[in-house]
Amino acid sequence: MSTTTTPAAAKPRLKTSAMIASIAGEGQRTKPAPFGHALVELAKARPEIVGLTADLAKYTDLHIFAQANPDRFYQMGMAEQLLMGAASGLAHEGFMPFVTTYAVFASRRAYDFVHQTIAEENRNVKIACALPGLTSGYGPSHQAAEDLALMRAMPNMVVIDPCDALEIEQAVPAMAAHQGPVYMRLLRGNVPLVLDEYDYKFELGKAKLLRDGADVLVISSGIMTMRALEVAKALEADKVDVAVLHVPTIKPLDTETILAEAGRSGRMVVVAENHTVIGGLGEAVAGTLLRAGVVPSAFRQIGLPDEFLKAGALPTLHDLYGISTDAMVTSIKGWL
Amino acid sequence: MDTTQLGHNVPLTERAYRIRRNAVLMGEVQGQGYIGQALDIADVLAVSYFHALRYRPEDPHWEGRDRFLLSNGHYAIALYAALIEAGIVPAEELETYGSDDSRLPMSGMAAYTPGMEMSGGSLGLGLSIAVGIALGLKRKASDNRVYTLFSDGELDEGSVWEAIMSAAHHKLDNLIGIVDVNNQQADGPSTQVMAFEPLVDKLEAFGWFVQRVDGNDMDAVVAAFDAARDHPEPKPRMIVCDTRMGKGVPFLEAREKNHFIRVDAHEWKLALDALDAGRTA
Repeated sequence: MSTTTTPAAAKPRLKTSAMIASIAGEGQRTKPAPFGHALVELAKARPEIVGLTADLAKYTDLHIFAQANPDRFYQMGMAEQLLMGAASGLAHEGFMPFVTTYAVFASRRAYDFVHQTIAEENRNVKIACALPGLTSGYGPSHQAAEDLALMRAMPNMVVIDPCDALEIEQAVPAMAAHQGPVYMRLLRGNVPLVLDEYDYKFELGKAKLLRDGADVLVISSGIMTMRALEVAKALEADKVDVAVLHVPTIKPLDTETILAEAGRSGRMVVVAENHTVIGGLGEAVAGTLLRAGVVPSAFRQIGLPDEFLKAGALPTLHDLYGISTDAMVTSIKGWL
Repeated sequence: MDTTQLGHNVPLTERAYRIRRNAVLMGEVQGQGYIGQALDIADVLAVSYFHALRYRPEDPHWEGRDRFLLSNGHYAIALYAALIEAGIVPAEELETYGSDDSRLPMSGMAAYTPGMEMSGGSLGLGLSIAVGIALGLKRKASDNRVYTLFSDGELDEGSVWEAIMSAAHHKLDNLIGIVDVNNQQADGPSTQVMAFEPLVDKLEAFGWFVQRVDGNDMDAVVAAFDAARDHPEPKPRMIVCDTRMGKGVPFLEAREKNHFIRVDAHEWKLALDALDAGRTA
């Protein structure tokens, strides 16, 4: 797998509300299609793996798997309910389906099928969904602002929100090692590569402290961890010492690590998520702290508002809704 | 044990009688149940479990079994009645039907009951699961089949048509759908709730091998199951079964049709008497 670096000057800032837009920042190191390549690698050792999609193989990187294993790939058509039911049926027969579509379609359109045919029956189905949270400028039809809330409300469902290409590569075999249904938010195309600088290793159900800091504890998942690390670097100039606790597994939540870190006195806790502030990591952490009687000096949420999000270029929207690095820096400085 | 030989000298009509009887006894336990549907589908279940399906009563997960999916989970009372008759569920569990901690909840769920392959209840799920099972059986080069029972009301669900298209697309000749056309769903006659006719023409246009039979005519049902099994074209197969709710209990057959047929407390015994009368007639 090749690692590419885009020269900062070569790529103008995206100004488009296109459905598919890279979330990689200017000049950021990326890796192509980490999910597709990791699945191909894993499938060599696990013949029970099959791939299914609903007319979105190319846009979920499953086409990499389909090209390598044409006889193990099922095109189910643009029919997400069927997609989930058929995945349940294949799992019923002992196979391990990796199912891809967009996060909006898995979580919203096919919810009852995921709930009843996969989660309730505890089938060994792995659901990997592109365009999680606000990673499309196309408007609410393709912005899965509530996917984590929906999926974590489902018994039996494991929920993963990976940060970068390295984490996706490591999460794929971890999903397979877990017996039961898993929902993973998918970053596809040229995916940022960040965590290799932090000697990082994904473990299902484990939160990892990526950097320590005395003033602010940012608890984050997904691409917001990438942002949090940038925020921490930026705030060094202001002598603000920011710790970053990365929580890629939204469910089951690593409450032990979260309580230990949030319980250290004197630090503001900021939960940052690429998701509506309703029902995601922020409220999961808040509930965890309250139930344990852990009260940080302050608790703040960075996330998407409870409204239908606008169409527009991603950088514009991330600034608007406060989840860009610059917007986060401004927010945190204002709270201190 | 080869179940096609199991109790081969017991006529299918007797099997259907016992399935109906089991269902009425379960209805009596709770004082309610989808007894109208159980009575209408008993003949189809008798043919399924005592003519068509391969299974081992003592090993419900036997790899060589044919899969039978109950998409219309509210028909669980009927399937339990058949599973008891088939020896997959012990007869003594009949009296636990719908009670706390029973393996026989009122809506069929995979985790509860031996021989229950899927969790129904949310209507319109079964055929999609069946598509996956049929694909899986083909991957394993298995010659087993997946049968899926669903109701005419489920034809309202768009997902059913997704599965119907997909099964034909994937040439799933190991998938046999059975749709119970009793023309009754929650809000009234199915044809009035959402017109689904001409059903045979629609299904054929979607690429299925389709037969339509009187689902309470045992010989016709047997012939349809045989033809579905033996049909040479690489198409999924559908058996459209026109049935009569309350079949076998004349006073229930005649009662005003309703999704949930009213049965008064004293009538369960009368229903058993009516079944007995029909058995000896």
